[in-house]
Amino acid sequence: MNPQQNSRPYSNSERKQKIVVIGNGMAGARAAEEILSRQRDTVEVVIFGDEPYGNYNRILLSNVLTGSQDAKSIFLNPLSWYVENDVTLHAGVRVTAIDRENRRVCGTNGVSETYDTLLFATGSRPFVPPVEGVDKGGVFVFRTIDDCAHIADWAKNCETAVVLGGGLLGLEAARGLLTHGVDVTVLEAAPYLMPQQLDVEGGKILAQTMEAMGVRVLTSAKSVKVVGSSDVEGVLLADGTTLQCDMLVISCGIRANLELARESGLQTERGILVDDQMRTADPNVFAVGECVQHRGATYGLVAPLYEQARVVADVITGVNPNAGYHGSRLATKLKVMGVELASMGRMADAQQGDEIVTYSEPGHGVYKKIIVRGDKIVAGCLLGETDTASALMSLYEKNDDCPVRRADMLFGKASQAGGDDILTLADDALLCSCNQVTKAKVIEVIGQGKTSVLSIGGCTKAGTGCGGCRGLVQQCIEAFAGNVAPDPSANWYVPGVPMSKPELVAAIQAKGLKSVSAVYQALAGGKDDPASKPGLASLLKSLWHDEYIDERDSRYINDRVHANIQKDATFSVIPRMFGGITSADELRRIADVADKYNVPMVKVTGGQRIDLLGVKKEDLPAIWNELGMPSGHAYTKAFRTCKTCVGTEFCRYGVGDSTTLGVKFEKRFQGVEFPHKLKMAVSGCPRNCAEATVKDIGVVAIETGWEIVIGGAAGSRVRAADLLARVGTHDEAIRIVGRFMQYYRENAKYMERTAAFVERLGIEPIRDVIVNDTEGIGERLDREIQAAVDAYIDPWSEANEPVHPKQFNALIPLEPVLATSKR
Amino acid sequence: MGAPTLFTHTNPTTTTPFLSQPIEVCVGSLHNIPLGEGRAYRVGSETIAVFRQRNGKVFAIQNECPHRGGPLSEGILGAGSVICPFHAWKVNVETGECVSDPCTLRTYPVRLDGESIYLKVEA
Ligand code: SRM
Ligand SMILES: Cc1cc2nc3c(=O)[nH]c(=O)nc-3n(C[C@H](O)[C@H](O)[C@H](O)COP(=O)(O)OP(=O)(O)OC[C@H]3O[C@@H](n4cnc5c(N)ncnc54)[C@H](O)[C@@H]3O)c2cc1C
Ligand code: SF4
Ligand code: FES
Repeated sequence: MNPQQNSRPYSNSERKQKIVVIGNGMAGARAAEEILSRQRDTVEVVIFGDEPYGNYNRILLSNVLTGSQDAKSIFLNPLSWYVENDVTLHAGVRVTAIDRENRRVCGTNGVSETYDTLLFATGSRPFVPPVEGVDKGGVFVFRTIDDCAHIADWAKNCETAVVLGGGLLGLEAARGLLTHGVDVTVLEAAPYLMPQQLDVEGGKILAQTMEAMGVRVLTSAKSVKVVGSSDVEGVLLADGTTLQCDMLVISCGIRANLELARESGLQTERGILVDDQMRTADPNVFAVGECVQHRGATYGLVAPLYEQARVVADVITGVNPNAGYHGSRLATKLKVMGVELASMGRMADAQQGDEIVTYSEPGHGVYKKIIVRGDKIVAGCLLGETDTASALMSLYEKNDDCPVRRADMLFGKASQAGGDDILTLADDALLCSCNQVTKAKVIEVIGQGKTSVLSIGGCTKAGTGCGGCRGLVQQCIEAFAGNVAPDPSANWYVPGVPMSKPELVAAIQAKGLKSVSAVYQALAGGKDDPASKPGLASLLKSLWHDEYIDERDSRYINDRVHANIQKDATFSVIPRMFGGITSADELRRIADVADKYNVPMVKVTGGQRIDLLGVKKEDLPAIWNELGMPSGHAYTKAFRTCKTCVGTEFCRYGVGDSTTLGVKFEKRFQGVEFPHKLKMAVSGCPRNCAEATVKDIGVVAIETGWEIVIGGAAGSRVRAADLLARVGTHDEAIRIVGRFMQYYRENAKYMERTAAFVERLGIEPIRDVIVNDTEGIGERLDREIQAAVDAYIDPWSEANEPVHPKQFNALIPLEPVLATSKR
Repeated sequence: MGAPTLFTHTNPTTTTPFLSQPIEVCVGSLHNIPLGEGRAYRVGSETIAVFRQRNGKVFAIQNECPHRGGPLSEGILGAGSVICPFHAWKVNVETGECVSDPCTLRTYPVRLDGESIYLKVEA
């Protein structure tokens, strides 16, 4: 890249102050944000980043490794942010030299930039101990998005892994590996886990908790050599034993990236030395983040570096040249292995004569310890139960006196004393310790109309670090947003039509709008927002039934071709197998189809039926015809499956005929559409082999009849269903289930599964309406659901009557004669 | 997995020089495309998505989504944009600009002659 291209023309004659940032991590990008928020017009910001991406939230890599978050979702500043803010980002360019005399930095690929002000934010890198063999294949560190990808990739072909280092990161790596189906052992050289934050007893309790989760822990284990030919095969320990493993993740602490600063003549020790203004000895050069050493301390958590970023922005832009950073008292909530842990200070700092308050409950993985000196907290940890964490961390950070009744610091909700009750929490208590956001600040923006966790995060950044405080922010909203006018668009049914669901329904009915395009014409000035189409279609269909004018372009592709699109643009075909019961004849037809159409995979699904995956769009109609089975609706927001267990028909424990009932349900409700998908199961006894209690609607046989449960879920979040009713017969069960279905159809939000629906309304009010008929709508609900059942048409019948001649064409061949003409 | 595929963008500026100069190609009748939807066409070595918006406008754009190659022709169309069926990235079908990421897709000028759709494909 030609460096000249990067200096943009100045709008006015005065030259802008050019700030060059080295390092595009959490500190560098945050400093740039802080600078721009103070001085947008008179500065030009250029950032070099070694990693070829925008800035992402490194803290959340742990979630990426466990697969609970997509890598894409952790970006704080995506590439578009740089463009929108006129920040030049040299992504994937490493700065290799600095010429301080001529104020110029040089990077790889020949990129170079001059600066007025230089900011180091080079962060740190994992420390790899000089043990023989660490250069073998299958040895990893855990610091970047690429590391995550490489670890996950290697883990695919692994059975055993060793993690070197039992600190925070090592444990998170171990948890991540566990989710990849690998056997994990953590090796810690100290006699207990997390020696930085815990003491012997806390470390042991944590180890027990981890063992229970399936991670092996070896403490006082010194590794002397990595063995194996080209790839790692094991770790040799000082006691002579060898631990076999297929991969090794090293997590032995971090080292500041200070070499570049040192080579350019700046002073460094464990980090780049800076004063309270984050300035190095060179007045034009500053540093922030993990690469910094300030008043003798280096930091490895985000809260201090965000504070540093604010100070450096004040100083560099001249908004407050005397702003100062005075060091941080580190208190954090950590998220180890899903174990709750809050920690402040260092346990090792305890001195003789200190007052020690402890509570230990090893059986439940709970351990709490606070070291108090002269009524001030010196250090503390709360393991396994952290309800008092925010109050305690606030005391610690402000160096306030602790309560006279010391137990108040340890026990929250159960004793009602000093727990993190949002109402009793002091106004200046920190809700979000990553971003230093106080309760008062959150209440302030709630007052400005921000009433969702997301929008509050948008303007205060609360909840955007480790995310641990989102529950508290939510509580704050619930407690203080009572009479605040919320962001109006938060209530719109779809983003493209500015109306809440009731307003929209009223307008649609008043104007008789029966198609999606009619709604856009009448209510959105003709602008047909594509993202809103499926939601509108769903609503119109539920309002107008067979009067609804079905415009196929409002449907998601799956609903246009009645099959689920796959990653290579082929489709899957899942025919119905009522109640999970099939026959030799059906299986034979499936096999024939699979052969004839070269179906790449035939798979038994988690819903007790068979999936033909990798089918070409053009083959769908023929396959449906040859299968001679109805659609299983596995691609749409409709009734999915009813799983069953064998029940009284075969099982020696069965007390109810679950297969017959399950088949009845599935035959009756197949094809009925809902705000989201709906799954059922029927079990023949409370052993519940059909897993009915984690379905949207479950039915379980008991000695006296059937229990009907609703609102279960077993996807990204598991929720046990709530008991709705007990009934005696199949017919009663079918009636109650149908009634609830219609109630859910009418009252749920678009894309709201029953679990969220039942939680939102509460099981008692639902039971009142469905079972006790307190609103007197029971019979109407029964009629409406019957109408929906009667309207059933197998969508696969479109095989023979397509709605458009090219409905099942992905690619349209060009006309035989190419009418080409030169222009 | 290797480097995460998430970040590999299909570079929109590399056009495949299958033809040496701009020519017009007829891809067939408008009525092959259901109203408000799109369909894909193979022209030379390119796969082009052609959209027929409800207001009568017709657009042509590269079929491959810049995110992970989803088929844009199978997406939901409206107000000059299409939403990819894979992970809902949004692309302006008129300008080729991707709303979800700073990049631009190849677009092809469209001319209608009666019911026939002509695309201008450039080398
Ligand atoms: C095929 C199947 C996996 C399998 O091989 O077994 C499957 C496949 C998909 N599931 Fe599933 N789910 C399958 C059983 C399940 C189950 C288990 C069950 O049904 O008993 C669950 C948990 C139960 C539940 O729903 O509570 C399940 C919870 C989900 C979720 C919900 C995640 C959540 O937030 O709770 C989604 C995402 C969604 O709906 O938005 C999902 C989405 C998907 C999609 C449709 C993703 C997509 O949009 O492309 C997958 C389609 C793959 C494909 O390319 O065809 N799948 N999925 C199963 C089909 C069952 C069937 O016969 O119909
Ligand atoms: C898995 C994991 C979990 C974590 N969990 C938590 C947590 O729960 N809570 C918490 O507070 N903290 C946590 N941390 C720590 C937190 O992520 C770091 O404190 C923070 O990222 C440090 O920010 P930084 O900008 O100083 O360094 P970094 O984020 O490392 O950024 C430095 C950047 O500079 C680049 N760079 C370095 N040298 C050059 C050069 N010469 N030229 C160009 N670019 C260069 C690097 O490539 C890097 O992208 C965690 C860290 C990890 C890895
Ligand atoms: S089938 Fe379900 S669990 Fe499996 S990858 Fe797809 S969505 Fe995820
Ligand atoms: S491929 Fe992911 S949005 Fe298009």
